[in-house]
Amino acid sequence: MPDAPEKLRADNIKKRFGAVEVLKGISLSAKAGDVMAMIGASGSGKSTMLRCLNLLERPNEGRIIVAGEELKLTPDASGALAARDPKQLQRIRARLSMVFQQFNLWAHMTALENVIEAPVRVLGLSRPDAVTRAERYLERVGVAHRKAAYPAHMSGGEQQRVAIARALAMEPEVMLFDEPTSALDPELVGEVLRVMRSLAQEGRTMIVVTHEMSFARDVANKVVFLHGGLIEEQGVAREVLSNPQTERLRGFLARTLG
Amino acid sequence: MFDWPVVLAALPDFFRGLRVTLILLAIALATGFVLSIPLAMARVSQNKWLSMPVFLFTYVIRGTPLLVQMFMVYHGLAQFAWMRQSAVWFLFKDAWFCAWLVFSMSTTAYTTEIFAGALRQTPAGELEAAQSLGMTKLQIYARILWPGALRRALPQYSNEVVGLMHATAVASTVTLVEITRVARDVYYNHLSVTDSFGVAAIFYFVLTFTVVGIFKLLEMRYLKHLNRKVSGPVAAR
Repeated sequence: MPDAPEKLRADNIKKRFGAVEVLKGISLSAKAGDVMAMIGASGSGKSTMLRCLNLLERPNEGRIIVAGEELKLTPDASGALAARDPKQLQRIRARLSMVFQQFNLWAHMTALENVIEAPVRVLGLSRPDAVTRAERYLERVGVAHRKAAYPAHMSGGEQQRVAIARALAMEPEVMLFDEPTSALDPELVGEVLRVMRSLAQEGRTMIVVTHEMSFARDVANKVVFLHGGLIEEQGVAREVLSNPQTERLRGFLARTLG
Repeated sequence: MFDWPVVLAALPDFFRGLRVTLILLAIALATGFVLSIPLAMARVSQNKWLSMPVFLFTYVIRGTPLLVQMFMVYHGLAQFAWMRQSAVWFLFKDAWFCAWLVFSMSTTAYTTEIFAGALRQTPAGELEAAQSLGMTKLQIYARILWPGALRRALPQYSNEVVGLMHATAVASTVTLVEITRVARDVYYNHLSVTDSFGVAAIFYFVLTFTVVGIFKLLEMRYLKHLNRKVSGPVAAR
């Protein structure tokens, strides 16, 4: 989709933790319908990069533009960037919903309550509308039958699918996935990947930090390989992964694929 | 074991004492609960100017015996002429006011620490999820932090309620005729421990298990989201 509108752009993101520079200037661009896989060894900065996009992690430098709207950032006393306007940050976050490695469902709420919470509180939907929407997305990810269950009573795969429904219910511009299958037992990984694959086929814009190379190869159209806080290699997923140009990516792929 | 005519004659007084105990308990708990919500938020605040004063308050209150606090407020303040001439003296000469104040401060201190602990136990991921979906600070407190924290605090808070209920016996030292004071009067009149303090013990025992039972029901309702059984027997302070 060459002419698709740009949904998310990040320019020259830098992030320091104390004296350690974790991100040394990373730029990304996701157009509508893009599925971007961010890969790299642990410590390469890929999760930090993803978390900078919605300011869960505050970068020290850089610009973030969501569907044409630039997030207004201003440095604070510690040198990290903070949102100048909390309302704008909330609005932009609502359009970039995130799925976490540890699911992060709200433990005291049922699956259904988890999914309707933000649409009611943040988007201002009426409760009946939010319930209709939540049931549709719970159905979509295959856990509608568990809507009355609490997170602690569900399997990891079910929890992660509820978390995906919670993100979907915001009907976001871009979905951010932070290693969504890394905390799952091996036999539960498949059910979550199947849901993500079908979301990609629907044309949703997704940025996925992942260790699942088969997902990156088969589902993503773009791949970004991070190393030491910089983009080492990027491009069309299939080409980059089948014909890596850099020694580092070749080594990484060899280790990951075993 | 019991001298039944004596016990039966004293029962109306015991029930009046029970009423005083319950009223004192209720107003102190209500005050403590309401004050502990903002104080616990200040206690867990990263701003030292908010958290330190609250910590000092709870440290001092928890570090001194309730009986000493009671004497200092009711008898101690009365020694100062400026106190007796001040505009608030009409309050501090009143035993009910002093008992309410001392018990409220005590339960506020303990409850603040319980709530602050429960707030701190909120998994960081639950907060991040709320932030990442664009919820405001107020919404996060009202919808995620407090509903989770108050549920987690239930077992400990039930200990606090039972502890405070037993501690109301201290009010007998400042002329309030609650259960213990009734027992003491019966004892002085009849010099029988079983007919006086024995009956009082039964009253406290029944009260305790009523409170524990109510909290068990609350835990069954509000902790059903946890992947474990409701906690075991509750110990008093």
